[in-house]
Amino acid sequence: MSRNEQIWITRNYENCSGCRRCEIVCSLHHDGKIWPEASRIRVFMLVPGVEIPHLCFQCEDYPCVEACPVDALTVNSQTGAVNVDISKCNVCGLCIGACPGNVPHKHPEENYIVICDLCDGKPKCVKTCKKGKWNALTLDPREKKVSHKDPAKTPHELTYEVAKHLLGEETAKEVLSR
Amino acid sequence: MRGYAGKFLDIDLSSGNIEETKFSDRILRDYIGGRGLATKILWDRLGRKWETIDPLGPENILLVLTGPLTGYFPGTKVCVSGKSPQSNGVIGSTVAGEFGVDLKCAGYDGLIMTGKAEKPCYVFICDNQVELKDASPIWGKKARATIRFLTRRSIQEIKDVRPNYGEVKEPSILYIGPAGENKTRVAAVVAKYAHGAGYGGYGGVMGAKNLKAIVAKGFGPLPDVHDKQGMLNITQEFCKRAFEMGRFRRWGTGGGGYFFGAETSSEPVRNWQNEWHDEESYKKEEFDKYWVKKSWGDFGCSMTCLKLAVLRTGRYKGAICDNPDYELEAYLGTNLGIFSPEENIHLSCVSNELGLCGIQGGAVIGLAAELYERGILTKEDLDGIELEWGNAEAFTSLAENIALRHGIGNILAEGVYRAALKLEEMKDVDLLKYVVHEKGVAIGAHGLRSGQDFAENIGYACSVQAGDHTSLAHHPLDEGRGELFSILHDSSVHCFFAAFGIEDREILNFYEAVTGWKLTKKQWYKKKALRILHLQRAMLLLGGPDVKWKPKSDDDCPPRFWEPLPSGPYKGRTLDRRVFEESRLEYFNAAGWDENGVPKPEVLRRLGLEDVETKLRGADLLK
Repeated sequence: MSRNEQIWITRNYENCSGCRRCEIVCSLHHDGKIWPEASRIRVFMLVPGVEIPHLCFQCEDYPCVEACPVDALTVNSQTGAVNVDISKCNVCGLCIGACPGNVPHKHPEENYIVICDLCDGKPKCVKTCKKGKWNALTLDPREKKVSHKDPAKTPHELTYEVAKHLLGEETAKEVLSR
Repeated sequence: MRGYAGKFLDIDLSSGNIEETKFSDRILRDYIGGRGLATKILWDRLGRKWETIDPLGPENILLVLTGPLTGYFPGTKVCVSGKSPQSNGVIGSTVAGEFGVDLKCAGYDGLIMTGKAEKPCYVFICDNQVELKDASPIWGKKARATIRFLTRRSIQEIKDVRPNYGEVKEPSILYIGPAGENKTRVAAVVAKYAHGAGYGGYGGVMGAKNLKAIVAKGFGPLPDVHDKQGMLNITQEFCKRAFEMGRFRRWGTGGGGYFFGAETSSEPVRNWQNEWHDEESYKKEEFDKYWVKKSWGDFGCSMTCLKLAVLRTGRYKGAICDNPDYELEAYLGTNLGIFSPEENIHLSCVSNELGLCGIQGGAVIGLAAELYERGILTKEDLDGIELEWGNAEAFTSLAENIALRHGIGNILAEGVYRAALKLEEMKDVDLLKYVVHEKGVAIGAHGLRSGQDFAENIGYACSVQAGDHTSLAHHPLDEGRGELFSILHDSSVHCFFAAFGIEDREILNFYEAVTGWKLTKKQWYKKKALRILHLQRAMLLLGGPDVKWKPKSDDDCPPRFWEPLPSGPYKGRTLDRRVFEESRLEYFNAAGWDENGVPKPEVLRRLGLEDVETKLRGADLLK
């Protein structure tokens, strides 16, 4: 990847072991503590054995940025990540509703929304996932021709998709009814 | 105090009273957490009247404890304990999952649960909000239905506590299945679908308290540690080593189903009548067909030995479990004469769904099958079930009957030892010779006769956790293996599978980085671990009320282990009585016990356990 290229974190859900080391390194990086709920990447396990690492999809049209009424969200032109200005954010929650994957969430203790900032271009989660030889998260150049909004889904939707593939449709429906 | 949340929940299920409680630095430094602290709490609260406490009565205490390393060490577990309805002593039984992390993030190091709820209930913890909730909608429900209900409902309840949070991640859940609800002695406390704290029989203790589940969600960080960078450096080193363990990471213990039979002749086959088989159908590559190429790790895990297996077609379609780990390959496979991975996965799923412990439940089914083979149990006794070796359908029905205490299941639900005593009375024949147990606990699937497996001749006989293959006695005691090392894993509470190849001193360094408390090998092996071992030994010998073990004579191997192996490369091998007795005496001496295995008064005094001495004298164990 060249220096100026924007990046994108590709997820391969079935490679995820559920080790959650991504949550550990993310929260250590951003909050200085092991803090799963403060992590910008959160591993959902709505069905045991089906783990979904969930983080910003960086939609090409950034509906969250669009929706923010106080201009707290901006796109980092270098990385393509959404940056949260914590002095402006008032946790109105409109960005969560606007996100096709319901990705943003409130910091568990502070009064602002947290969104993956791609660690300014060197995402810690990807590095740790690679070290563990899981490669559920990989770093790719952000292709302009591809829609990044397409794969953006809620944890529930993604769980169902992955569960359907791993367990079969009938079983997936049994273990994940609303 | 670093590495600890600093407080515990003390819940009286009878009155519904919930309080926070703390332990002094001194107690935490001496007993660490998990198994060690459980032993201390049980001794302090129940020790005086230990022999009279019914493990399945309201007086028993159910403990779910983390330790200072829980969440930081790359492999997370919690320790479940109490007075065991199997050994009548104390067993520290660990189970993997995120529960320990959620609990610590909610601000608690553990739960101490006493009494008995009037109606089925579950404990709901969301940070400092702790409530007892009605479990009647899920009482009687199996694993999947229980998890589905609690996940859905709890997410809604957490949303009520934290509106406008965004998507809420599921809480962690510990629960019991029907086997626990019906107070069987072979029930596990379960997490996810296939993670169980099986040894000890604490699923039944939970059921006896009318407690279906514990749900925890914590929004805080893990507690601060003493030396963060130091801890992270050690973590990195541990992870690096784990990431290089290709074989174990790839197969978990699942490669054992063929290996321990064919190579080491130490796998139970047809209720331990043999320990050798070379069934090609049981090779790990055959199990691979049902692995959906998905690993199944828990918080922080560097190893991820569990693998997700699913039966997507065939007569048992819909089964989900871990691609059975070795113990279940053995106890729900070879020990039942089953050599088909598909049937083994199915039976593992059945056992998980019912909340049975795969080892204890599997063992009692195997015993019943041998009694059927010998004509001691008949089809009529078994309510029409033809319990032939390899008959997966029959084992499925019997597992259900055990969990529900139907018919003969009501007797088998008592576990191998107690069931045999009852059946002896019923049939007027000697049955204990067919029972492979150690002080009421069906032993792990690692036989001793060939001498080729990791368990040694005194491994089970001298263990204070009896048949527990994860807490085996070994001499010398301070060699970085054996029971005092197991106490370190189970008290700092992390996964010992993720600690493969990690030495005791490295774990003590990790402990120091987290807590800031220096702990030398000498302090651990000569004092602290030894103290915990002595307390466990004392309570194991005190036993009661329904069984009481005789020191020395009950510190023996199961009768079957004295029979020669009938076939295979180690045909004819068995244990040597003279060597065994020498090893046992050597172990007793080294542990500070007399020639009968009773802790010596001077050693108890040196360990500051004068009250144990008094108690043992009162019980005529010390003259």
